[in-house]
Amino acid sequence: MLEVTALSKRFGGLQAVRDVSLAVPEGSITALIGPNGAGKTTTFAMIAGFIRPDAGSVRFLGHDVTAMRPDRIAARGMVRTFQITQPFAGLSVMENIRIGAFLRDASPAAAEAQAREVGTRLGLGPMLDRPAAGLTVAARKRLEVARALATQPKLLLLDEVMAGLNPSELGEIVAMIRAVRDGGVTILLIEHIMAAVAALAEDVHVLAEGALIARGTPRQIAEDPRVVEAYLGRGAAERMARHA
Amino acid sequence: MNGTITRLAPPIAFAVLILLPFTFGSQFLVNLAMLTAMSAFIGQAWNIAGGFGGLTSFGHTVFFGIGAYTAAILATRYGISAWFALPLAALLGAATGAVIGFASFRAGLRGSYFALVTLAFAEAFRVLATASEFTRGGQGINVPLALGFAHFQFADRRATYAVIVTLLLLAMAVAVWLRRSRFGARLMAVRENEDAAAALGIDIVRTKTAAFALSGGLASLGGVVYCQTYLFVDPLIAFGVERSVEMLLVAMIGGAGTIWGPVLGALALHLVADTARSFISTPGFAPMLYGVMLLVIVGLLPGGIASLAGRFRRA
Repeated sequence: MLEVTALSKRFGGLQAVRDVSLAVPEGSITALIGPNGAGKTTTFAMIAGFIRPDAGSVRFLGHDVTAMRPDRIAARGMVRTFQITQPFAGLSVMENIRIGAFLRDASPAAAEAQAREVGTRLGLGPMLDRPAAGLTVAARKRLEVARALATQPKLLLLDEVMAGLNPSELGEIVAMIRAVRDGGVTILLIEHIMAAVAALAEDVHVLAEGALIARGTPRQIAEDPRVVEAYLGRGAAERMARHA
Repeated sequence: MNGTITRLAPPIAFAVLILLPFTFGSQFLVNLAMLTAMSAFIGQAWNIAGGFGGLTSFGHTVFFGIGAYTAAILATRYGISAWFALPLAALLGAATGAVIGFASFRAGLRGSYFALVTLAFAEAFRVLATASEFTRGGQGINVPLALGFAHFQFADRRATYAVIVTLLLLAMAVAVWLRRSRFGARLMAVRENEDAAAALGIDIVRTKTAAFALSGGLASLGGVVYCQTYLFVDPLIAFGVERSVEMLLVAMIGGAGTIWGPVLGALALHLVADTARSFISTPGFAPMLYGVMLLVIVGLLPGGIASLAGRFRRA
């Protein structure tokens, strides 16, 4: 469904992303993980058209969408959420979700019905008519997903929707993401926390210092010494093995 | 019952208010009503882009001036009735808005940068109008007196007032449409957060450009009516900075991005400021008072007078 080939991006003296290639098969939950500053969000931004890559290509549903404008990419069915949630603060929760629904439906009444349905499905039912500005972190993350989902995407790019949530909220959002996938939406998610990803993803790519260092099932990744070192520092895997 | 009253009270009060001047015998009061309605209208035109879209223009008089010159030039050079100036001015205003908007938004100009660009455009138009023979330069254009409906010139100011009120209602209808339509919802989404709007499939440049063109087309109608009322236009009247300030002041004091804001702002500006001015005649007093009003609003009531209604309802 999505094929990313050799994406690179340099910001001044910093090579933020180097030669990143990955593929997301239709119907899967694929994860991109890595420590802070690994280039995850930059990779996402390039895939979704927010940042123009220096090199490499992005193909979505067989078409080249490299450096296409984000709204055009969204119209084709690939929609991202933001790590730092970006609600339309002056609008209500329903109106926020309705903006997404408007992509496929010009009628305000139909779009509102769609927004209420999606909002209720994602557990925002009681908050639909409240201003989006007053939501808790967990609810804002849900709103990000609800808005994106209301556009009826084929591929959903989730940028750290689990960060900053407590364990019970985490359990809920994991169930929610799984339900979204079971509803027929392919998912590529970025996550910092490995534990959250392990419960969800079938296929995990690990990014460190801008380059992919490992790929596999969550289990393979958790045992990969290169991944442990990327998270905990050089020599960490060896020290852990010695203490064990 | 109570809800019905709070819902119906503003439109009824508004209807009474706009009909009241027709009963006035005093030309002074009719004049005041006319100026207030004109402020409310051009304020609402500004509000379409500036309030609903967050496209803070400091040079909106560019459209007003285009409208005024369109009427004046059609009448004096081609002998064409100002009724035809209305659609032509709207078209020219919208086209100018589209050009200025597209150029600025494509370049990614926002906020105060966009405000400065609009200000620069208005100044450029003023300089051009002063220099060009086509607009009779700095001496301006006198439109010959030719009273009568066919010439869009009215002896009774109440007729002019009726025209302005019609325009005001048209602009308010556009604002109501923005509140209810997909285009309006998208425009407000772009105002709130451009990245999020783009991620949800909204073409940002196109949405903002369309809003600016719509706003410009409306504002230019105000210029046509101005020209037909005073039968004179010169570069400073058409493209002077005061008119731009008036438009944004009216919208911001009343409540930017609301349907009633510009009406409330125009009432506040004209009834309060003009009354005060008739008591204190020190030069520069009126602009100073406008400044104080804007400071008070921005500091204490950022949503403008219209936001008071929400506060009472919640209380």
